[in-house]
Amino acid sequence: MTRSELVHKLALRFPDISEDHMERIVALIFDEISGSLAKKNRAEFRNFGAFSVRHRKGRVGRNPRTGAAVKVEEKDIPFFKCGRSLLSSLNQWKS
Amino acid sequence: MKHDENKSNAMTRAGLSDAIQERYGSVLGLPKHRYIDVVDGFFEEICTRLAQGEDVKISSFGSFLVNQKSSRIGRNPKTGKEAEIVKRKVVTFRPSHHLKSRVNVKKG
Repeated sequence: MTRSELVHKLALRFPDISEDHMERIVALIFDEISGSLAKKNRAEFRNFGAFSVRHRKGRVGRNPRTGAAVKVEEKDIPFFKCGRSLLSSLNQWKS
Repeated sequence: MKHDENKSNAMTRAGLSDAIQERYGSVLGLPKHRYIDVVDGFFEEICTRLAQGEDVKISSFGSFLVNQKSSRIGRNPKTGKEAEIVKRKVVTFRPSHHLKSRVNVKKG
């Protein structure tokens, strides 16, 4: 599924909101989650999962082609932990 | 901000529906519960697709990928006892370059 399919599905489900508005709402949702992570805050959603920021230490990596040592700077990366209920429905487990 | 009583500053479903109402409430003029329904519907649609084993790819945000993990022998870290971890499906999130650069603002 892509962003536009998601917008379309939601527009069908909410006839009181136009597809055009739904597109902006979906964009706002992803932007709010991204913005929260940019501020190093978590974003937690019941029955879905949680987004957080994880720190990666700097390390010495290698250019796989030449084998030359390359310094990899420390960085923060977005991380998603799948929620229990999503995991259960993925595997048809009884929760 | 309506949810500043949320001390951890974590974004939640309520935070999202408030943000939608704040931005589009005057144009759409819907009751508050409707924005909550939209947020719930949003996550439901994504979960349904993932549960069907389908990947969900959102441009300039990232991809939710369904991966099959095979069974393996693990260990209970508390007791040290060996136990079989059954085969299962998991969701991994691959953030887009856009999201990664928003989170990792280079210093200097």
